[in-house]
Amino acid sequence: MKSKSKVLSTPYTIWAIGFIIIPLIMVLYYAFTEKDGSFSVSYVAAISDPTNFKALMLSIVLSLISTIICLLLAYPLAMILASSGVDRSGFIVFIFILPMWMNFLLRTLAWQTLLEKTGVINSVLKYLHLGQINIINTPYAIVLGMVYNFLPFMVLPIYNILAKIDKNVLNAARDLGANEFQVFLRITFPLSIPGVISGITMVFVPALTTFVISDLLGGSKILLIGNVIEQEFKQTNNWHAGSGLSFVLMIFIVVSMLITNKYDKEGGAVL
Amino acid sequence: MMKFLKKFYIVLIFIFLYAPILTLIVLSFNQSKTRAKWGGFTTKWYGSLFRNDQIMSALYTTIVIALLSSLIATVLGTMASIAINSMNRRMRSVYLGVTNIPMLNADIVTGISLMLLFIASGLSMGFGTVLLSHITFNIPYVILSVMPKLKQTNQSVYEAALDLGASHLHAFFKVVFPDIIPGVLSGFLLAFTMSLDDFIITHFTKGPGLDTLSTKIYTEVKKGIKPEMYSLSTIMFVSVLVLLIVVNYIPSKGNKNN
Repeated sequence: MKSKSKVLSTPYTIWAIGFIIIPLIMVLYYAFTEKDGSFSVSYVAAISDPTNFKALMLSIVLSLISTIICLLLAYPLAMILASSGVDRSGFIVFIFILPMWMNFLLRTLAWQTLLEKTGVINSVLKYLHLGQINIINTPYAIVLGMVYNFLPFMVLPIYNILAKIDKNVLNAARDLGANEFQVFLRITFPLSIPGVISGITMVFVPALTTFVISDLLGGSKILLIGNVIEQEFKQTNNWHAGSGLSFVLMIFIVVSMLITNKYDKEGGAVL
Repeated sequence: MMKFLKKFYIVLIFIFLYAPILTLIVLSFNQSKTRAKWGGFTTKWYGSLFRNDQIMSALYTTIVIALLSSLIATVLGTMASIAINSMNRRMRSVYLGVTNIPMLNADIVTGISLMLLFIASGLSMGFGTVLLSHITFNIPYVILSVMPKLKQTNQSVYEAALDLGASHLHAFFKVVFPDIIPGVLSGFLLAFTMSLDDFIITHFTKGPGLDTLSTKIYTEVKKGIKPEMYSLSTIMFVSVLVLLIVVNYIPSKGNKNN
């Protein structure tokens, strides 16, 4: 039995070391060395450089706003979906998850088409003799793109956990005299927290690190930390600088996971 | 009143999610090249899409990479799941922790870390490096799908098969494998769709000559949106819709109890 499990685990062990662990060590190596190979913290410290710091702050603010909007939109939706009949809800839930499987770039492209100065929304507004909206290439457009792209990731885990709540528990609370608001506040919401937590991580991390949404909807003037890192690697070829900023980004991801895990008593049982 | 509000809210979110996709579909049939006005119905953009060699070869690359990477990841991931399942508690949590890294880490960091590895090891960036990267981020999804099924299987049945004279391999394929097939299949499908959809990791690990659909769309869109992109969106949306309906509704008819 032991030898068999060794035969089976070896390929994955080699793979995980070679393609998960060593690459991360290489990011650390590049982050903490100069071009000549000597130790240096200057590339990690480069985060305090005004451009980089501004990009990081903007990323944090925009991704926090997007996460909150997603949560506020998704929670009522998940509740309505979870409370509707079992037979029907299967298909309805499917409808709300479907956009998640549509290519990410095409979903963003759709909003670019809608929001452009001569885009679809403005053409319709013009036709109706209403004002024009000019939110393309502003942070508003980026938040809109984030909310649109990541909303299903918030709906799915919250719905999954709400659908599992035993209706008898809710009815028991009602029998004991709780009104609907109390039932929500004292029973439904506390039980749904693991779903909310995994929804928050599934929205916050990709929103924090995106460079595609800001690229397509934010124009070239608005830089998020993802854009800065992408440019260091793909345009200026400064891997040390890119790795230094990635290291800072990883710290933020780990911290946000630690914070969310602290509130996640179930240990992230939902995906 | 409450019921009306609930319906109204659902419809509102539905419009928010689908209006952009519908716009793409409508524009794909628009005669006029500008998106500002409707110039009549046409299917010519579909024609020029299929005649576009670059997009067609990107489509081919995407499908080949998705198929190969999800197949290899399924084999490796299933093997790993079986091994992890028979490990002691501490080893298991180490393995599952490492497996979680690519899923929890930001795609951009996974992408650049693999890019640094490939450059350092002297591999030329192209089909091979993209394939290796896709296998890497696909394996966790397979393990995640197979592990729960494996936990439900009964170890004694496997041992009974061994007692009755079956070899390890024979016992596995006759006794354990049939029980975990649903998990293996859903892991494969999950990996396949993840690979089809990936842009960020491919962006960092591909060479200049190679394109998948996602990276092709990105370069095209940065140059300015052409109507062919709308036809491509429509085709992709319809294929995903059909694929998901088939996956979700055909097998569930057979085993409603699951």
